[in-house]
Amino acid sequence: MDFTDTTEEAAFRAQANAFLSQHLEPKKAAAIRSGRRDDYLQRAKDWQKVKAENQFAQITWPKEIGGRGGTPMQQVIWNQEESKFDAPTGPFAIGLGMCVPTVIAFGSDEHKKRYVQKALFGEEIWCQLFSEPAAGSDVAGLKTKAVKDGDDWVINGQKVWTSGAHYSDYGILLVRTDPDVPKHKGLTMFIVDMKQEGVDVRPIHQASGGSEFNEVYFTDVRIPDSDRLGEPGMGWKVALVTLMNERLAVGGSPGPDWAEIMDYARSSGSMSDQAFRAKLADWYVAAQGYKLTKFRTQTALSKGETPGPENSIGKVITANHLQDICNSAIEMQDHYGIISDKDHAPADAIFQESFMWAPGLRIAGGTDEILKNIIAERVLGLPQDVRVDKDKPFSAF
Amino acid sequence: MNFDFSDDQKFLRDEARKFLEAQCTSAHVRAVLDDDAMSHNDEVWQKIVEMGWLGAAIPEEFGGLGLGMLELCVIAEELGRVLAPVPFGSSAYFFAEAVKLAGTEEQKAEWLPNVADGSIVGCLATTEGPGALSASSVQMIAKDGKLTGTKVPVTDGDVATHAAVLAKEGSGTGLYVVALDQDGVSRKSLKTIEPTRSHAEITFDGVPAKRLGNETGNGMTVLDQVMNRAAVLLAFEQLGGASRCLEMATEYAKERQAFGRPIGGNQAIKHKLADIYVKNEVARSNAYYGAWALSTDAAELPEAAAAARVAASEAFWFASKENIQTHGGMGFTWEVDCHLYYRRAKLLAVQAGSPAVWKEKLVSALEAKNAA
Repeated sequence: MDFTDTTEEAAFRAQANAFLSQHLEPKKAAAIRSGRRDDYLQRAKDWQKVKAENQFAQITWPKEIGGRGGTPMQQVIWNQEESKFDAPTGPFAIGLGMCVPTVIAFGSDEHKKRYVQKALFGEEIWCQLFSEPAAGSDVAGLKTKAVKDGDDWVINGQKVWTSGAHYSDYGILLVRTDPDVPKHKGLTMFIVDMKQEGVDVRPIHQASGGSEFNEVYFTDVRIPDSDRLGEPGMGWKVALVTLMNERLAVGGSPGPDWAEIMDYARSSGSMSDQAFRAKLADWYVAAQGYKLTKFRTQTALSKGETPGPENSIGKVITANHLQDICNSAIEMQDHYGIISDKDHAPADAIFQESFMWAPGLRIAGGTDEILKNIIAERVLGLPQDVRVDKDKPFSAF
Repeated sequence: MNFDFSDDQKFLRDEARKFLEAQCTSAHVRAVLDDDAMSHNDEVWQKIVEMGWLGAAIPEEFGGLGLGMLELCVIAEELGRVLAPVPFGSSAYFFAEAVKLAGTEEQKAEWLPNVADGSIVGCLATTEGPGALSASSVQMIAKDGKLTGTKVPVTDGDVATHAAVLAKEGSGTGLYVVALDQDGVSRKSLKTIEPTRSHAEITFDGVPAKRLGNETGNGMTVLDQVMNRAAVLLAFEQLGGASRCLEMATEYAKERQAFGRPIGGNQAIKHKLADIYVKNEVARSNAYYGAWALSTDAAELPEAAAAARVAASEAFWFASKENIQTHGGMGFTWEVDCHLYYRRAKLLAVQAGSPAVWKEKLVSALEAKNAA
């Protein structure tokens, strides 16, 4: 066992780090989620362009389409190094991680020519339009419909929780084209121009106070049949490919961790509290458990093997962990802990801000409950839940 | 990055699993459970001795195989899976590691080859009463090379031939090795919640013993280091047990029918088993890190060992109790093996200091590191 890179890995890491140092500032301690500057989007586009010009934008994509032709391990190394810097990558994560790979897998040659380069070089941003008000965990129960009219499809309905819809140029859109077959069989995937008439993007005012997500309304939006991805009725299979293309989870923690709360406890004289010390130990063990599990995944990639299912524990641990740490930090501050005004709140109010963000993290990208179902069914092989609507026409419900 | 065992170590694991599944079955464990007079299963023990595993981490110059700590971790996990009813941990993790760590060259030459070939069965005797161990709670006295006092309970104390005993020595403490076949040693078997590993009360009445090493008064310091090493090995045993519990619960949940379908189709059961899986993976990753720290004598060993032990104790406890729960009424019968894991989980969680003790060690280590 060792934690060192192979010679090739070390060389690539050094190359990545040198490139990053040349273009970006190192990240400050204790990353804070909020407070993105107004020019964030433009900075993100600029950074994406620089990465693409130097073949760092998509490490594993083939060179023919602008990638580096590298290994998954190199992508992991790149992500690790990039996360040490103040890199504005957010707006491109979903497009390049999920949407464009779907276009590459199911689109025509014209689609690939038209969309891939522009996305890669940061000129166009993509969003993913799957979830609906009545179709969250059970996304195949979505209702937005598309009706064929000549060479076009006409779209009506509503999507929700769409990250970045307000600045996106294109989206991949999952809709119902046949309500008279079982729900998974009546779906079709399209490319949609987000700037066209009939597409109405409205920010969601989240419980946390912020607005990172949107509702998107479609009213008689026309999409040419040539912008269909996959055959009509094949949309669920296309969507599964989109979801499988999620980037290798190698990011750091989503907010303050054991080290931040320990720093705060030391500065505030709370380290003598035995109950706190026991909890701190639990947080450390959980955080280490997740970090080291990613090392196991990375080891498999480094050897050219397919990683095991162990990485599926990630978000179940981190989301609850974050909520618990923030809750304890606030209670440690007693009555004063209610203050989120940065002029007063300790540690720039990171505990208060993350406390309000944590409930969303436990839901976004799969609720705790759905993730546990996935572990139980796909890892442990337990039977699927009862699905009373599985074999009946969608219109019967 | 190579955070995994080597192909040779995985081969050792596969061979150990095959061997133990054939030679150390539930029937072998239950033979000890059901017979108060049996301290351990000697048939299984002799076969394990023949495999040479006791000497896996003992250097060749002292009669061992000289493989290394990672190999011993691999073996520990497999012994944990089958609940081996033998004094392996007492002899190989505690006694041998204490001698390796603190013994003089003569002492190593005297005892290690005999541990490796099974002619000595070692154990560790520290506890004297309820509550966490501390220097001030030790009443056993070492004076003029003789031990006087009582240790209770001593895990594997009635099968062991030798014990490493923590005793007061002047104003400090010392770790003494004593042969248990001498005059002045009296042993009494104890009833415990884990009968597949025997426990004894051992009383010493002026019994000649040898202090490990030449330094006086450093017993607690040496013990702390021994515990860090043993904690990683115990974590692998715990991990083996916890993994087996998840397998048992999963198999049962797929087979057992209620309300017209397998109980494993219900989310209450699915989420329970997913929770076990998450805790087991956290324990596995922390145990691997402990193994790395142990095998490389890393400066991170104190926090790595503590994290491995805290994670493994929690995982095995949780898996063993929820395995019974998943089995329902069947899980509470003597005939089904669930309770054997529940018993072993508790022994391994308190044997080298309870989770509370290790959480405190972990936080102290983090404080020390952060202050530096």
